Amino acid sequence: MPAPRKSVSVSRKSWSIVTADESPALTMRKAFEAQASVALRLRESTAAERIALIKKLRTSMLARREDFYAAFMQDMHKSKAEVEGAEFMPVFDEMRHAIGSLKRWMKPKSVTPVLTSVGSKAQVQMQPRGRVLIIAPWNYPLNQCFCPLISAIAAGNTVILKPSEMTPTVSQLMGEIIRKVFDPTHVAYFEGGQTTSTALLALPFDHIFFTGSPAVGKLVMAAAAKHLTSITLELGGKSPTIVDETADTELAAENLIWGKFINSGQTCIAPDHIYVHAKVKTQFIKAALAALTKYYGTPAKRMKNADLTHVVNTRHTQRLADLLTDANKKGARVIVGGQVDIAERMVAPTLLDSVNPSMRIMQEEIFGPLLPIIEFTDPDEVIAQINSNPKPLALYVYSSDEKRINQILAQTSSGGACVNQCMMHNVQGNLPFGGVNNSGMGSTHGYHGFKAFSHERSVLTAGRLRLEKLFAPPYTLTRFKLIKQIVDTMRLPAL
Amino acid sequence: MTSELAAHAATLQGAPLLDTPAAQMQAVFDAQLSKALSLRQSTAAERIVRIKALREALLSEREALYAAFAQDMRKSKAEVEATELLPVLDEMRHIIGRLKSWMKPTRAWPTSLSLGLKARIHYQPRGRVLIIAPWNYPLSLCLGPLVSALAAGNTAILKPSEMTPSVSAVMARIIAQVFDPMEVALFEGEQATSQALLAMPFDHIFFTGSPAVGKIVMAAAAKNLTSVTLELGGKSPTIVDETANVAMAAENIMWGKFLNNGQTCIAPDHVYVHSKVKAEFVAQCRQALDKFFGAEGSRSTNLDLTRVVNARHTQRLASILADAQSSGARILVGGQVDESQNYIAPTLLEGAASSSRLMNEEIFGPLLPIVEFTSIDQVISTINAAPKPLALYLFCNDSDRIAQVLSHTSSGGACVNHSMVHFAHGNLPFGGVNNSGIGSGHGHFGFKAFSHERAVLTGGWLRSEKFFAPPYTSKRTAFIRRVVDALKLPML
Repeated sequence: MPAPRKSVSVSRKSWSIVTADESPALTMRKAFEAQASVALRLRESTAAERIALIKKLRTSMLARREDFYAAFMQDMHKSKAEVEGAEFMPVFDEMRHAIGSLKRWMKPKSVTPVLTSVGSKAQVQMQPRGRVLIIAPWNYPLNQCFCPLISAIAAGNTVILKPSEMTPTVSQLMGEIIRKVFDPTHVAYFEGGQTTSTALLALPFDHIFFTGSPAVGKLVMAAAAKHLTSITLELGGKSPTIVDETADTELAAENLIWGKFINSGQTCIAPDHIYVHAKVKTQFIKAALAALTKYYGTPAKRMKNADLTHVVNTRHTQRLADLLTDANKKGARVIVGGQVDIAERMVAPTLLDSVNPSMRIMQEEIFGPLLPIIEFTDPDEVIAQINSNPKPLALYVYSSDEKRINQILAQTSSGGACVNQCMMHNVQGNLPFGGVNNSGMGSTHGYHGFKAFSHERSVLTAGRLRLEKLFAPPYTLTRFKLIKQIVDTMRLPAL
Repeated sequence: MTSELAAHAATLQGAPLLDTPAAQMQAVFDAQLSKALSLRQSTAAERIVRIKALREALLSEREALYAAFAQDMRKSKAEVEATELLPVLDEMRHIIGRLKSWMKPTRAWPTSLSLGLKARIHYQPRGRVLIIAPWNYPLSLCLGPLVSALAAGNTAILKPSEMTPSVSAVMARIIAQVFDPMEVALFEGEQATSQALLAMPFDHIFFTGSPAVGKIVMAAAAKNLTSVTLELGGKSPTIVDETANVAMAAENIMWGKFLNNGQTCIAPDHVYVHSKVKAEFVAQCRQALDKFFGAEGSRSTNLDLTRVVNARHTQRLASILADAQSSGARILVGGQVDESQNYIAPTLLEGAASSSRLMNEEIFGPLLPIVEFTSIDQVISTINAAPKPLALYLFCNDSDRIAQVLSHTSSGGACVNHSMVHFAHGNLPFGGVNNSGIGSGHGHFGFKAFSHERAVLTGGWLRSEKFFAPPYTSKRTAFIRRVVDALKLPML
């Protein structure tokens, strides 16, 4: 591994791991209990009332826009453009979607009658789940905290928010906004680390929305099981990317380099590693190097590039450095990048060649600016490899062969997928966003987010026709024969 | 004693079931992997063929099922048809007619930030699923979810209840006849079998049973990040207010409560009756019971009444009854217990203390507490103070009151001027909420429970992401900021 470069001179108050103070368990329990009566009242709240709160939150966010720039700079050196594009934009899009659609989402939906329910009226009514807990991660601390908050508010719930302790400046600012907009009996905000999370997870919430790692997701689900709390788990995983021999390699390279290095790879749906067909590998690498230069200047200047977000803390920088060392030791070749500056929490955008499954980088979710490139010739082998791993959060295919695309999509599983594109399924507010098994459970965004925080309650209203009488005792022979005949008609095709 | 009674008596001393060896189940689970992968590409027609084969095998065992149900819990043929076969065949019919359209990818409407991109939702099989079925409707609650799982393209391992061994044996025969174990396998056994199965990394678990066991299932699923559908129970409250058609309410509730002898997850657990109509309601209930099950003295030999599933549950109900009586409850109808026959008479009670076991545990048997009320608000707060029930039934003719009760309370499902039948409506999601369950089944909802909704986005010629890519010149930053500002405008 190349020697770490000298620290860049960006002024920082403190770049060591800052741990927020834990919130006292008793305070949190009291806040939770105080939300009970509000949660019951919210069952009857109107779309207009919920929308008013969402708009108030939006206004308060905009009033602190400049403060957010500073906070994100402080916590992870995130550029204004990425604060706008990757933090504000998704939140505002979610708000706009909810504001414009909520009235329609909340309307009870009538369902078509079936043979055995003739004469009755059946509806699905959307009810708030009640009191919900949202635990947010550090990688997009604003976006991943406020987007689910908007869905929860839209669905009529009370909320306790637990932001990440790794981005304390942003968390503090979000806390100020939440306290200004909401009464704590509606939305309460508690900062802290593991102790705070553990104390919150012991409370009998009606729903928990967790974004984070699969390892912690398991703990959250086990804690939720104790109270039969329903859950949405937004987790991660190693999202594979395939660039086959028919792909537009230039487009693929430019798109993937953008997707991988935005937020310095600290994105749950970032392309984790790329399978490139042997025929186009050289071409792809050349295009990737060109894209890197276009986005981040020449390799020598990248450690100081202001558009590159830094790694969130020294622990994660060290983790990435270790992944890189381990890969190097086992025969990986650095194509570009490889520089690490632990003190500055900076890892250069890195492309790696000659990786193999024995390396940690091919076993763990990378979650940083290291991109292994793997050569393949047989797509079936790639598919088999993907299927032998846990189901990833995303899968990206670059190909212009329709048959190949369909084959890969049909034979693999993943939370979401993009064809000749990456990351953008996260931006499409009408698509369910979420993982599957190891990469998550349940989904969110737009109507799917509203549903995650709602209970779909079936309501059947009887009419004058009382079909159940046909099925009631005494079970005389005639009655039994009638029932049997009805069962037999079930073999006829449905209308 | 009729032959059915004799057969039933024979099972009362039945030997405990043997557990299936864990290694055998593990081998089948492993073998299902390659099948599960190939099923990702199976067509609607292929899946429908399997479902139809199951249907024919099921119908060819009709007589054997009558006998098995008589043996296990003395369920009458009519109830076997109406509550076991009918729901399964209805589910099959529903699926056969609609599967092709359910499997089609659905289009997601474009949003302003995703112009030029084609967005679809694909329905993928979850993979290998586990279905754990209960004893109260051992066939319908085992094969119903299986049909959904097959429709969605999964392999399945079925674990029927050990409390209804004769029905399980018939189901095992049917499953073995229709399916290769690589596709669907059925394993009988008790707790050890369930535990061994729950340790395996299934892609989905569909569990029907009690909240207490539901918690264990979900905790086990957490270890492998297995998604779950939990169909649990709870104390489903029923309200009969002063505007209700009392005769209709009484007849409907007596039917719903004593069908399968109250061993129904959505049975009315207890009834709140307005004081103005209480006397009339009780009189009407007596009349309905006479109509359904004959005179009170003759009910212990009534063949239309299913028996309690086993001695343990009979004892549980007997002790709940004794506890209620010692807490001051008065028996209005019934109250007879014959533990040797697993018989408990259809029983109506009033005046049970709110601290009694009767008013705190899910009854799951033929005991119906009647609670008098005058203030609907008080009933609503009592309901809200308890865990969210699986069902809530309201008999009322005042539409404001109906809206008030429905919006102030929560429950898995609800019926107005009816009970139970929301279960039979294939277009409604069936499931609980929190303590009464997580997720839903039936029809399209069952198909979705066993499917993963995968978002698939296809890039077009418009590459809008380019406008958001570095280098972040001040011009670009200003542009992105303007896009964010534009999101304050109302949606089109």
